[in-house]
Amino acid sequence: MSTILIRGAKVLGGDVQDVLIDGETIAAVGTGLDAGDATVVDAEGQILLPGLVDLHTHLREPGREDSETVLTGTRAAARGGYTSVFAMANTFPVADTAGVVEQVWRLGRESGYCDVQPIGAVTVGLEGKQLAELGAMHDSAAGVTVFSDDGKCVHDAVIMRRALEYVKAFGGVVAQHAQEPRLTEGAQMNEGVVSAELGLGGWPAVAEESIIARDVLLAEHVGSRVHICHLSTAGSVEIVRWAKSRGIDVTAEVTPHHLLLTDELVRSYNPVYKVNPPLRTEKDVMALREALADGTIDIVATDHAPHPHEDKDCEWAAAAMGMVGLETALSVVQHTMVETGLLDWAGVADRMAHKPAEIGRAQGHGRPVSAGEPANLTLVDPAYRGEVNPAGFASRSRNTPYEGRELPGRVTHTFLRGRATLVDGKLA
Amino acid sequence: MMRHLISAADLTRDDAVLILDTTEEMARVSDRPIKKLPALRGRTICNLFFEDSTRTRISFEAAEKRLSADVINFAAKGSSVSKGESLKDTAQTLEAMGVDAVVIRHSASGAPYRLATSGWIDAPVINAGDGTHQHPTQALLDAFTMRRRLVGEDALGQDLTGKRITLVGDVLHSRVARSNVDLLHTLGADVTLVAPPTLLPVGVEHWTCDVSYDLDAVLLKSDAVMMLRVQRERMNAAFFPTEREYSRRYGLDGERMAKMPEHGIVMHPGPMVRGMEITAEVADSDRCTVVEQVANGVHTRMAVLYLLLGGNEPAVSHARPTDSENK
Ligand SMILES: [Zn+2]
Repeated sequence: MSTILIRGAKVLGGDVQDVLIDGETIAAVGTGLDAGDATVVDAEGQILLPGLVDLHTHLREPGREDSETVLTGTRAAARGGYTSVFAMANTFPVADTAGVVEQVWRLGRESGYCDVQPIGAVTVGLEGKQLAELGAMHDSAAGVTVFSDDGKCVHDAVIMRRALEYVKAFGGVVAQHAQEPRLTEGAQMNEGVVSAELGLGGWPAVAEESIIARDVLLAEHVGSRVHICHLSTAGSVEIVRWAKSRGIDVTAEVTPHHLLLTDELVRSYNPVYKVNPPLRTEKDVMALREALADGTIDIVATDHAPHPHEDKDCEWAAAAMGMVGLETALSVVQHTMVETGLLDWAGVADRMAHKPAEIGRAQGHGRPVSAGEPANLTLVDPAYRGEVNPAGFASRSRNTPYEGRELPGRVTHTFLRGRATLVDGKLA
Repeated sequence: MMRHLISAADLTRDDAVLILDTTEEMARVSDRPIKKLPALRGRTICNLFFEDSTRTRISFEAAEKRLSADVINFAAKGSSVSKGESLKDTAQTLEAMGVDAVVIRHSASGAPYRLATSGWIDAPVINAGDGTHQHPTQALLDAFTMRRRLVGEDALGQDLTGKRITLVGDVLHSRVARSNVDLLHTLGADVTLVAPPTLLPVGVEHWTCDVSYDLDAVLLKSDAVMMLRVQRERMNAAFFPTEREYSRRYGLDGERMAKMPEHGIVMHPGPMVRGMEITAEVADSDRCTVVEQVANGVHTRMAVLYLLLGGNEPAVSHARPTDSENK
């Protein structure tokens, strides 16, 4: 078994320590560790974090391999510092049976870049009508724990109630894409001053907030836990804050792009900014940042949504919704949360590794950086400054809103169970 | 002048007045026995219509022909939104064919902007209506009609300062309303929107205009009232209870029209739904400018095309028609 000595990294941004990896595990953490015949990684000035965990990724396989495959998506994940990603169920066919989730799970293992934990659909074909075989997906080799119709909202209150109740049997969680369908018919961007001016169908904040309000009450009523995907409004934050204060078992995520970008950017009519939920206002962005800092929002999730060039290089109305996010997430979080003083690196580790692993029950991920733990680790150079250049992405798609934008930080190394998947910023 | 005409909001006061003045010159040409100028001879203009609108297309086509341009009509009905690439493909085809300007009509808001800014094509782009966003030449022809009626034919160089204009009806879905609010504000007019709250966009309070739900109160001091078209398909979407109720509260009949100041005019972008939004009595009265608006549409589009493609010289020699042949 190979040994690796990470020398002189600031563990979780705090103390400078050496970390010795032996095989798949962290063998020792301390100062002045003896390298012996270990491969030495000089990590001076770098931050060592547990490997990041993304609870919300779209890998597109099976069915849309022209956008992304499990292999290209996990390579992108490794570049972004992730060692575990949860793959959303809106594939073709939909991941609503044990067969499909096992296929995705196996492709992840074969890729070797990042563990892939499939998310199972809540309803058959994401149609919102009949519960999918949630138990069979949980009992499969993939061991599904998170269920979501993401891309669509489980809008029928009865179906949502049943799903929340049903997954209690095996400790599952329903991750809701909160979007009231009638209130968002024809919606193309945030409803507000900008949509009125641009003549684009408005997506009111209340379409998200009303579903969240309903679902936290349902979760309370049936005594289950619910996870809310990609919060995008200040009002959503208020509802989750209220629900938590009431003791409801709710967790919530925010995407990096909702921490940085606003609907003002849509004035360009550039579909790279077309995303679901839509980019909101400055006020929303500030509320989301604060909520992530104070723990109301538990985690950052990328909602990595790869689309081929031709699906974005067209007029706004015809363009696909979504943006890639795995390879820029940490930089955006550093920019919006760390450099603003809202969160320290230990906080980043909490919101991007510990908590998402906990919510999704990802075995062996998001663990403390200490001896005996699985060696899932990420090294970040926080001093790096550079323009985002999608040409260098490992993702098969390039639909990033950050092209040409200067963002701080760079993931230099990623280790998955002791094996380097990224070395000096290059995929191993 | 700008390179493209995408939004009425992009026009400065001076740009807009220049277009109105040029329109006046074009209108005088149209009163001549030979209604044709050689200004765009040898230039090719493509009318790229992704959405049906015979009226607008014919208006542009007439304008182009009166300027001696070669015209290509391209109708790509309904094909674009279902298949995202077609706008780009079409643009590149037109670019390869060397067209000198593209007049585009599209059901998707922002499509002309995208066409003008995406690098797909180099030619000037003129927005002939996009989704619920903008219809700048409509706003210009409306403004021209108002200037002629409310200021006079010798209003060269003047704007609409102090004129009170009321727009009534489905503002929410109306590119005409958006364009008019932008342009009329630029030209110094005071604009009031009147509609049921369901047909006003969220955020309208940030627009450069007033908003009222009470038509009768606003009519008393309106120099011009522009009725907006209410699409029949809105009827079932709970924007308002019934046609009858809409008509009672927001329709314009003779009795209501009588409340307007004596010089006040009634406008409509057409096609009119007689009965519900405007009664035949109003539509056929000499205060109603619908027919003039159509004629002025051609002159306005001539002016826009001329200025975007021809340059900054006056379109017609400055020798004013002294013989009052057009009176
Ligand atoms: Zn979603």
